[in-house]
Amino acid sequence: MRYHTPTSFADAAAIAAGATGTLRFLAGGTDVLVQMRAGMVQPDDLIDLKHIPGVDQVVQTPDGGWKIGIAVPGIVLGGHEGLVRDWPGVVEGMSLVGSTQVQGRATLAGNLCNGSPAADSVPGLIAAGAMVTVTGPKGSRDIPVEAVPAGPGKTTLAKGEVVSSITLPPRGKNGGDCYLRFIPRTEMDIAVVGCAVSLRLDGDKIVEARVALGAVAPTVILSEAAAQAIIGTTLDDAATAALAKAAEGAAKPISDKRGTKEFRIDVAGVLARRAAQIAYDRAKGPSKGSQA
Amino acid sequence: MARDDVKTGYKLIGTRPNRPDGLDKVTGRARYGADFSLPGMLHAAVVRSPHAHARIVKIDASKALALDGVKAVVTRADLPTGLTGEDLNLQDNTLAGDRALYDGHAVAAVAATSALLAQDAARLIEVTYEVLPHVTDVDAAMAPGAPVIREGVADYSVPEGMHGNVARYMEFGHGDVEAGFAAADIVREHTYKTEATHQGYIEPHACVGQMGEDGRGEMWVCTQGHWYIRRMSAAVLGIDAANLRVTPSEIGGGFGGKTTIFMEPLSLALSRKAGGRPVKLVMSRSEVLRATGPTASASMDVKLGMKKDGTITAGQVYFRMQGGAFPGMSPIGEALPCAFACYDIAALKHEAVEVIANRPKAAAYRAPGSPMAAFAVESLVDEMCRELKLDPIEVRLKNGATNGSKSSYGPVYNVIGLKETLEAAKDHPNYAIPLGPNQGRGVASGFWFNHGGETSVSLAVGEDGTATVMIGTPDIGGSRASIGLMVAETLGIPYEDVRVNVVETGALGVNEPTHGSRATFASGKAAVEAARQAIAEMCRRAAADWGIDAEAVEWKDGAAHPAGPNAGKHPPMTIGEIGSKMGSTGGPISGHHEVTAEGVGASFGTHVVDVEVDPETGRTTVLRYLVVQDAGTAIHPAYVEGQYQGGAAQGIGWALNEEYVYGADGRLQNPVFLDYRIPVASDLPMIDTVIIEVPNPGHPYGVRGVGETGITPPLPAVASAIAGATGARIRSLPCSPPKVLAAIKAAKG
Repeated sequence: MRYHTPTSFADAAAIAAGATGTLRFLAGGTDVLVQMRAGMVQPDDLIDLKHIPGVDQVVQTPDGGWKIGIAVPGIVLGGHEGLVRDWPGVVEGMSLVGSTQVQGRATLAGNLCNGSPAADSVPGLIAAGAMVTVTGPKGSRDIPVEAVPAGPGKTTLAKGEVVSSITLPPRGKNGGDCYLRFIPRTEMDIAVVGCAVSLRLDGDKIVEARVALGAVAPTVILSEAAAQAIIGTTLDDAATAALAKAAEGAAKPISDKRGTKEFRIDVAGVLARRAAQIAYDRAKGPSKGSQA
Repeated sequence: MARDDVKTGYKLIGTRPNRPDGLDKVTGRARYGADFSLPGMLHAAVVRSPHAHARIVKIDASKALALDGVKAVVTRADLPTGLTGEDLNLQDNTLAGDRALYDGHAVAAVAATSALLAQDAARLIEVTYEVLPHVTDVDAAMAPGAPVIREGVADYSVPEGMHGNVARYMEFGHGDVEAGFAAADIVREHTYKTEATHQGYIEPHACVGQMGEDGRGEMWVCTQGHWYIRRMSAAVLGIDAANLRVTPSEIGGGFGGKTTIFMEPLSLALSRKAGGRPVKLVMSRSEVLRATGPTASASMDVKLGMKKDGTITAGQVYFRMQGGAFPGMSPIGEALPCAFACYDIAALKHEAVEVIANRPKAAAYRAPGSPMAAFAVESLVDEMCRELKLDPIEVRLKNGATNGSKSSYGPVYNVIGLKETLEAAKDHPNYAIPLGPNQGRGVASGFWFNHGGETSVSLAVGEDGTATVMIGTPDIGGSRASIGLMVAETLGIPYEDVRVNVVETGALGVNEPTHGSRATFASGKAAVEAARQAIAEMCRRAAADWGIDAEAVEWKDGAAHPAGPNAGKHPPMTIGEIGSKMGSTGGPISGHHEVTAEGVGASFGTHVVDVEVDPETGRTTVLRYLVVQDAGTAIHPAYVEGQYQGGAAQGIGWALNEEYVYGADGRLQNPVFLDYRIPVASDLPMIDTVIIEVPNPGHPYGVRGVGETGITPPLPAVASAIAGATGARIRSLPCSPPKVLAAIKAAKG
């Protein structure tokens, strides 16, 4: 195995483009190192991205969004005042990944590029409309987060391409988001179903919404039907019932050791309803929102 | 109820001193199995079958042996032939013969100069398999048409006409069950299933083995019983037990799973083939889950008759259990006697069969068989209590076994504490807390026989008046502290002046493992006898010094005293003074006791659990949990409480989420802790405990084993609480959210 420590994403992309065997990028390493120890993958080239300047930074963009370096660990996101204020749903998704020890290393970019349909941070990013910058041998391009996963363990990135940052849009006014997952235990578990909802209000009425479902298909589902079920409503009982039905309809799960197909469909509806309510209350703000 | 035989007023027994292993464990100094290393040591890796059942056509290790640094490969061809019975089963499990019998079955092992190199070499060993039909489910394994996975496993007990996978049959009972059912107001009958669960000890199996060409060897190993390791390893390798010296490490959990061998002889076989270099073998978590002993899975029919006042008129069970691909490993012989052990019922019939299946060789797991039996019987008792609107504790008090009852399995109970646990549970504040929406309460009682067993203990008095105790039962639950307290109490010296060491096989007579909740009972009893011997000798030394008869000397408060005015006026001679002079007064002072310990007292317990179930997801939250159990005498109450809480935690895991999940290909789907879901700390409330003390007349300080009973009631108690919360009765564990949600939806129609 060759271990590389490039100091720029252009160099990283060049090494990756020239690699001929099994290649892995190393950010936090909480997936790659575990897979290596378990004998699931034996990389010929391991490219450690943590030597690239800026990868451990969270910076505000000129328009008020947030640019997150690919090596920023979950514990830093969870303690970042601006991110927690603007995108609590994104932060809470990342905070659910692993143990306290894992939180000290695990990253948003790694969670995304690991390609798990059950990745806890990905639905929140997709609901938020986050973008990733991808750097390759021919330069950089920006694509939506939902364009990255291609199925379990796979991404759409071309040979030589690497995620070089993740950017959350400006939150703006009257917005709220939330991520909920279902696990049989309380922690240290993998999502059987996950759901993120991000929405914006005008008064009591929802004017924008994005609903993302995790662990119910090979990739995270961004459901337009679920979003439309609540846009234009005040999230009354009829709207939440319609949302649950739309989420159930959008879910395309399998039965496996973690849960049955029928169970995942039911719980997708339940979580969508519950996540939407929390996002709605967050959008209303603490003074106006109902006490959940 | 006052008892003449019950002593009170102890100085040390019942106190909670610091644990002797505590500092080493919290600082990382404690040496566990994998911490041991020797100069020149090699590292081993094991090649395991990826098939549930396959003929091994060919093993080609040439590529592995060609690697620089690979020192030895062993296959079954390196082990002796001609073994029979359980020795052959152990050998078959250590390394597969002509067939791999389960996913993860060891096929070959390799030793190399590093662990990574050994793993690389293992991947280069080419095994050609011919895949055979398999079966993993207990009921499917004895259904018509199921493949017979090993010929000739049935012993004398199996009636003709049963499936070829049936290995054993048992039946017993008393009274006229048909008359009993006829006398009942309601008779109910259901089938209950439990899935296999693993002990889940945090420390994987690990050992370092060294053996020369002369067949003399040593092993350092994580185990509950090093004499068992010695005997079993010697049998598998065809060497004499005396030529193998086994030293136990500190142990990171066992729960019964470390009372046997799985891979330990491989370290010795590899070492012998590698010119006597020591070989370390450490299992990964996946190897532990795939290839060490979980408990059995079970399918159980129960029938009960009950009168409207709660009187149980008759009971009948038919249990089917599989304990893997080897006969004799399922706990039918324990499950049947445990089934109705908490009750005094006029008519009972017990039947069970053991069936083999393509699963790993089962091992003991905390009260083997009792939790499954309790799940079946206690669940049905609860169902009938709810149907008849009877209080479940009152029904148990009405039918419960008591002093002098003839037990369901034959012997008469001497002094037991079941009713005391029921009364204490009824009076506990938890039993009166009002329940909210979607909340339910479950009650169940449980039982474990406890065990005595072969025990050998020595004690030596030091020159400074301290005492060293040598025991042969590894400390998996606080026995060093408890034995230290009992010895200190007996000698009349401070607890801190007694050090209890778990010593190697060369230092004592044969000891059974720490199993059957026996260590504090049996090693403790023997240690007290050894201390009494040393006291007698010290009294003789004092008597000689004073020029009086030894009978005229009595021992109290750590010193010899003249017994009465006729003995003359002599100042007390302390253990320190006697110890400092022992070289000139007759030599070393020690005590030794060895016995197959008798006088075991059973431990009964009653648990009360409150749960809340999310009606939309089927997810169960344990709100509060109460364990009430009879300890006889709690020598070190903090350890007793720890055993109660640990048993409850494991039982809750078994009830809610733990299970072996097999795919259609017969491979284990969840051999990692991510998907084999033991409870994490945040899943459980602080578990409330009440220690009942009904001293065991068969122990000098009244000890009953406390380690196992606690895992028995949680399975039915949790399922009954879920039934109370949802109206849906789960008769097949685990009560996982998909199953509970489906049951809630089915109950609603």
